[in-house]
Amino acid sequence: MSKKKISLEIDGQKVQAEEGTTILEAAKQIGIDIPTLCYLKDINVEGACRVCLVEVEGDPKLGASCVYEIKEGMRVKTSTPRVIKARKQMIELLLSDHPNTCLTCIANQNCELQSLAAKYDVRGFRYTGERRRIPIDDLSPSIVREPEKCIMCRRCITVCKEVVTASIYDINERGFHSFAAPAMNDSQIDTPCTYCGQCILVCPTGALHEQRQDTELVWEALADPNKHVVIQTAPSIRSTIGEMFGMPIGSLVTGKLVTALKRLGFDRVFDDCFGADVVVMEEGTEFIHRFAERKRLPQFTSCCPGWVKFAENFYPELLPHLSTVRSPQQVFGALSKTYYAEMVGIDPNNIFCVSTMPCIAKKFEARRPEMTVNGLRAVDAVLTTRELGQIIKQAGIDLPNLSDSEYDEPMGYASGAGVIFGAGGGVMEATLRTVYNKLTGEAMRADQYKAIRSDSYTSIDIEIRGEKMRFAVARGLGNARHMIDRILAGELKVDLVEIMACPGGCVSGGGQPIYSHKDKWYMQVDAGGQRGNALFREDESKEVRTAHNNPWVKKLYAEYLGEPMGERSRQLFHSSYTKRPMYGRTPHDLCKKEPARV
Amino acid sequence: MRVEEQNKSTKKTHPVKYKDNDLQQTVIVKDDEKYEKLDLVLDEYEDVEGSLVTVLHQAQKIFGHLSRDVQIYVAERLGVPFAEVYGVVSFYSLFTVQPRGEYTIEVCMGTACYVKGSGKILEKLKSQLGIEPGETTEDGKYTLETTRCLGACSLAPIIKIGDDVHGNITAEQISEILTKY
Repeated sequence: MSKKKISLEIDGQKVQAEEGTTILEAAKQIGIDIPTLCYLKDINVEGACRVCLVEVEGDPKLGASCVYEIKEGMRVKTSTPRVIKARKQMIELLLSDHPNTCLTCIANQNCELQSLAAKYDVRGFRYTGERRRIPIDDLSPSIVREPEKCIMCRRCITVCKEVVTASIYDINERGFHSFAAPAMNDSQIDTPCTYCGQCILVCPTGALHEQRQDTELVWEALADPNKHVVIQTAPSIRSTIGEMFGMPIGSLVTGKLVTALKRLGFDRVFDDCFGADVVVMEEGTEFIHRFAERKRLPQFTSCCPGWVKFAENFYPELLPHLSTVRSPQQVFGALSKTYYAEMVGIDPNNIFCVSTMPCIAKKFEARRPEMTVNGLRAVDAVLTTRELGQIIKQAGIDLPNLSDSEYDEPMGYASGAGVIFGAGGGVMEATLRTVYNKLTGEAMRADQYKAIRSDSYTSIDIEIRGEKMRFAVARGLGNARHMIDRILAGELKVDLVEIMACPGGCVSGGGQPIYSHKDKWYMQVDAGGQRGNALFREDESKEVRTAHNNPWVKKLYAEYLGEPMGERSRQLFHSSYTKRPMYGRTPHDLCKKEPARV
Repeated sequence: MRVEEQNKSTKKTHPVKYKDNDLQQTVIVKDDEKYEKLDLVLDEYEDVEGSLVTVLHQAQKIFGHLSRDVQIYVAERLGVPFAEVYGVVSFYSLFTVQPRGEYTIEVCMGTACYVKGSGKILEKLKSQLGIEPGETTEDGKYTLETTRCLGACSLAPIIKIGDDVHGNITAEQISEILTKY
């Protein structure tokens, strides 16, 4: 039954909207754009920032339109002098307690507060006085927190609690001194933060951002004549890096990206999707073994470092169920310093392996102590899409107008299966294509595996050799938690589960382009779909669409590795997981200076 | 030097209990008797929704302050994120994460008391005890706090030491009042 329709008048225009709609949403229907700062549709509806104030006839006070429900016959004015003045004053008050170091802020020109100040023509600082002084937390390899830039919108709190369900943030202190942070203003490293970076994507200012420690390392390595610098591009980068250059969401720029990287001076430009193909071979074989022995089922994928950290913190009992295969990034890194080094006859010590990832948890992953190969870091530097975009811009390379180039051999050719790793459900689909073939000897039909793409919480049953297997996908850690709880309670029986920390998969990762845009949340979610579709398009254009048919993967196994899950693979690619404490009992004290309390 | 030694000697050696043997980092040093009392409170309120403030209030009564460990313990037992627990603890001024002195001295800074010279009283207390509001003396005897109107304006200016109210006082009387404790 549809809800009751309500008629009202906004700025002299008649509007009809469903009961329960807010003024903000009703105004949007008729093209009136009310400014917001804390609002994220359906996710964060708090009325906290007060910049969406409007005048409602009969109400003596101005109301926050994001939480103001419409009523029959209501007459709303969204742009009277009083409203404009009040909104401007709200922005001025936010700025009175803001560092205002915009020129050197990471969110410069991509900040919602900044663009609102510009829109409302704020010139000069009308209110000056005491400012909060809170230390910066830059101890984690992934996230930097600058609480002084926090405007108390609560978006990070809500997203971390409702979407990610790690719930590491809340408001610390009270009144003037308050800011969003982990409990006791702990460093991220003392929390069960998964480093998924969804909080970074929704932060309206520069209060939360990624560590950019690796950009300089990459520039230096590129300039070092003794270093042989190789780069691997994660599957999703090809469908998002264009956005850094103003290209429409979903632009597929694989060839241009390769040209740009070659111009930057990388000695070899490789495709991380090749690593993904190898992961499919290993993970698929592992699953076939486990299924045959009925041991450690369901098997969970382990490609997503956010999910791995989540499991280590929240579900340590599941760790034996995680696939022991490292993520494509680490598999690739290991190969670059063994297989590739031997093939070209370069001392692995002189190989500098860069990865470019849609993800900030990958920075954490690359620094995990076990992620080494023969005593060397498998991956030396991890760049997010945003950092790579910046490097390309700094080098003066006009990516959108470049011609196409091909990836280098021997680790540049990937099958379509490797490419779709970046899209939601892609890891499962890629694995299915190979597992099905290994078990039946036949190619899987497209309609069979496509079913897994549809939803961020789904499962499909497939009969293979008379045995029914159930495969499930959960994207977004909140969905994952829900699914896992059902599995643990015995309500859901599955055999193989793909879990991705970010709601849209890697294409909506915490390292992807950020838009200082209203309705950010849905924009990111929609963007995830379009970016993912770009990857599926590339998959369809590929001649080889299954990992086990990739000639370079065959060559790798024939000449170097032997069998999947063989001795060499185990040594290079397989990992173990660590149960982690939820909260540090003896916290790192950099952030322990208590903010002054009155 | 003297103070350090004193601290050392007053530091009790609590029985140590590992919550989890393979996770040495999350060792909880348990003051068993107090945690047992807290457990009783938690048993009662575990399944009651919205009981966080009540539990924290009881916990502070038991421990004197809400240390990090106590907050994490409460968070885990109630299934509430630690961030939310600290959010509540840091919001309400009645909660404290720092150990408190034996006596809390509250200086009323309400309008009436302020006009009648509570500023001077506060200055005197600060210099005599050598601490700022919110801090505790090294010997652990006094914690100094300022407070909003206590509702006894006819006695202005007033201070509260523990549960005792001292009204109509002057800065000069402070030394004498403190000798009673």
